Amino acid sequence: MNAGLLALLVVVIAAAGFILGRRRSLAIVDGEIIRLHSLPGYYGQSVFLFAAAPALLVMLVWMLAQPAIIDSRVSALIPIESIEEGSSLGLIMSDVRRIADGLDIVVAQGRLSEDQVQNMRADLTDVRDRLADVGVALGSNVKQAVFVAAKEYRQLTGFARLAMSVVVLVLALAGAVFAYAKISPDYRARNVSETAIKSLLILSSTVAILTTVGIVLSLVFETVEFFRLYPAQDFFLSAVWNPQFRGGSDLGILPLLWGTLFVSFIALAFAVPIGMMAAIYLAEYATPAVRSVVKPAIEVLAGIPTIVYGLFALITVGPLLRDYLAQPLGLGSSSSSVLTAGLVMGIMLIPFVSSLSDDVINAVPQAMRDGSYGLGATRSETVRQVILPAALPGIVGAILLAASRAIGETMIVVMGAGAAAKLSLNPFEAMTTITVKIVSQLTGDTEFASPETLVAFALGLSLFIVTLGLNIIALYVVRKYREQYE
Amino acid sequence: MSADAATTISLLKPDSRTRRRNAAEARFRSYGIAAIVISVFALVFLLSSVLTNGLSAFTQTFLVMDVTLDAAVLDKSGNRDIEEMKKVTTIGYGTFLQKAVIAELEAKGISTEGVSAAEVGGLLSKEASGQLRDKVLADPGLLGKTIRFETYATGRVDGYFKGRVTMESAALDKNTSPEQLELADRMRAAGLLTVSFNPGFLFGPDASELRPESAGLGIAILGSAYMMILVLVMALPIGVAASIYLEEFAARNRFTDIIEVNIANLAAVPSIVFGILGLALFINFVGLPQSTPVVGALVLTLMTLPTIIIATRASLKSVPPSIREAALGVGASKMQTVFHHVLPLAMPGILTGTIIGMAQALGETAPLLLIGMVAFVRDYPAAPPEGFFDPAAALPVQVYNWTQRADPAFVERASGAIIVLLVFLLIMNIIAIVLRRRFERRW
Repeated sequence: MNAGLLALLVVVIAAAGFILGRRRSLAIVDGEIIRLHSLPGYYGQSVFLFAAAPALLVMLVWMLAQPAIIDSRVSALIPIESIEEGSSLGLIMSDVRRIADGLDIVVAQGRLSEDQVQNMRADLTDVRDRLADVGVALGSNVKQAVFVAAKEYRQLTGFARLAMSVVVLVLALAGAVFAYAKISPDYRARNVSETAIKSLLILSSTVAILTTVGIVLSLVFETVEFFRLYPAQDFFLSAVWNPQFRGGSDLGILPLLWGTLFVSFIALAFAVPIGMMAAIYLAEYATPAVRSVVKPAIEVLAGIPTIVYGLFALITVGPLLRDYLAQPLGLGSSSSSVLTAGLVMGIMLIPFVSSLSDDVINAVPQAMRDGSYGLGATRSETVRQVILPAALPGIVGAILLAASRAIGETMIVVMGAGAAAKLSLNPFEAMTTITVKIVSQLTGDTEFASPETLVAFALGLSLFIVTLGLNIIALYVVRKYREQYE
Repeated sequence: MSADAATTISLLKPDSRTRRRNAAEARFRSYGIAAIVISVFALVFLLSSVLTNGLSAFTQTFLVMDVTLDAAVLDKSGNRDIEEMKKVTTIGYGTFLQKAVIAELEAKGISTEGVSAAEVGGLLSKEASGQLRDKVLADPGLLGKTIRFETYATGRVDGYFKGRVTMESAALDKNTSPEQLELADRMRAAGLLTVSFNPGFLFGPDASELRPESAGLGIAILGSAYMMILVLVMALPIGVAASIYLEEFAARNRFTDIIEVNIANLAAVPSIVFGILGLALFINFVGLPQSTPVVGALVLTLMTLPTIIIATRASLKSVPPSIREAALGVGASKMQTVFHHVLPLAMPGILTGTIIGMAQALGETAPLLLIGMVAFVRDYPAAPPEGFFDPAAALPVQVYNWTQRADPAFVERASGAIIVLLVFLLIMNIIAIVLRRRFERRW
């Protein structure tokens, strides 16, 4: 029985429990609801909960634990000496799984009976051929030890699946019967169901924590693995990035970090003045009519997916900069360049900077403006000498948030900045960033356990720490600033 | 008295200092206007560049002609046995079609001077022979009859009609020649080649590097739709439940603080990090299949949760406390108050936030690259729920995929795909705005 069907069955049992429970609560008091502690629906809900919750929980835990337990029992069957050079236990285990699945298909299609499969021996029949017939491709001929392991795997999974179905269904029925039996006029069904719902709410809110933990754990584990294969000081201090398929790669983060900072710097140099001036103009000068048109227009920029900006950089901005700036000036002939990516990313950041600055400027109390006007200052003098200094911490926070956005941005640099890891000052040259290399190292065909792939996790961890640090500082600064005027 | 006249300040005439200050004021103001103009110009430039590049992707050059399916060539044994007929490969159909085109050209009196037979056949998409073969195998009764056969012209001819390929570039291109293009011109004049709307672009599957003319968005749109369904099903309940707890029940303590800080930080974590999480957790650890909508949806759910939670909390907060007090006053429990009174009133705001979060998720690319959605997928995923576990593409990833290919015809298609993506985003945002306008109450 597959998991979806089993879950559905549990829900059906629980739903039946709901109806029966509700009916029983009414029957017990002969329809006089007032004698019940809770409304009849809550009695139904309590039966539903007792039937569904434990059963589904056990099912979830079982499904998470089962593969690990079966794998460890089956891999014990494979003799160490049968693992060939260049192979590994993991590869053999994936073969075992594939053979077991193939045998399932063979039996399901009726080509062989269950007994025939049990008596089949890899050294006597050509298992590979048989499986190829049903569309399961195997890399090499099957050894007897592996085949025995596969049969054991198949049996254990089959048994485990059956056992799980039985346990889960029994649990669901037992829960339903237990809760059904408990129904009485004094039974506080509403409190039971509300406690359950409340724990569900708490559980949902921990998803945020679990996600963070998941991110940190997955990054840290693989990074530790990477540093076991590749020395940490080379990663942090080497100025060469040159991954090789056959090992012996140079994986220094410095050129990538340089590219990242260069692109982000250009983006901020473009976005911060424009975003802030736009925000100041809209807040202090613009008529309501202008504001009602321009503000949404700028916000549209924020809603455009980054892939669109990436394409814009690739097919429009890049060639434009190359043909009208880089080539006439003799500075380069590449359409993907730091400047391309930086400019386009700058456009992307304008709405981000302007809406944050807008918040910050609006938070400056009106009394300060009035005081300044009262002394005879012009509007621009008020902005420059009163509002901006007062808003400075908030603006710094906004710039830090924008910087963290820029550093973590991926698609624009993947499509606009190029792939060459370089340490150069020329903005018309193609350079690469941390995010670009994470994508290229993890979408290639390299073996997962190699340093060339694992380096992506180390890069990811560096990226995570930098952006997280920037965010925490920025949020702290902004919060401090808000408190100042509250 | 008169000696001081030079130094008195006239209120009617601005002095140099006032003029300077006024000039500074005007300058500052013009900076502001310049910033606005640059931003709006960037938006207009961005959208018009995508539109001009992409609109032509929705039309395609088709070749329409009558083909007599010669049974002697296509079914040598003559007994209409499908297995026997399968022995004629697409290459066989290719030469058959090539002859058919030449015959058609002769019949219409179009000169093929300077163009070899193979080059005439090369005007057709490489997809054509397969299409014809599938058609015949599906209905062997067609053999011996004359059918109207419509197929794509090759991407170069299409590019020539759309202005992407010129005679000069064709002279340098080993896949096409100026003579071929001149022939295409004559064929267009004779009505054999037509440029018309191409439904295959919206509904067809992706095609290989050499067949840009037949590449479509069908699987990508389906994959994105599957992911959006799953994101909605997962993110909305979890997000709303989390927000209700944080906004209505949670006591101010350390645990709540940790959750709040976590949500704020997750909102700012780069999307690519979520991709790494998806790869390490859902694919390598849990063992879910690569490049499937279910993995993509899980990753996107985790990414959209902060957005939904922030929007939901804001709209729960905007429900006035008097509603809660009234409900509690007539004896409702805390839980009943929230679920029967506060939540329904907050619903428009919650839905608006959810739609905006989903619009973000729809356009997200980077994390999907890492979970293997860049893979070339040619088979449509099955209907849900099994289809959630079948390999599929996604709209933004398809755009990225196409930009990585050498043939410039794919750039046009990528821009066309962007238009489709933007139309979906526009629809979602309009729904969100309408919801907000129609149902949101100001207290």
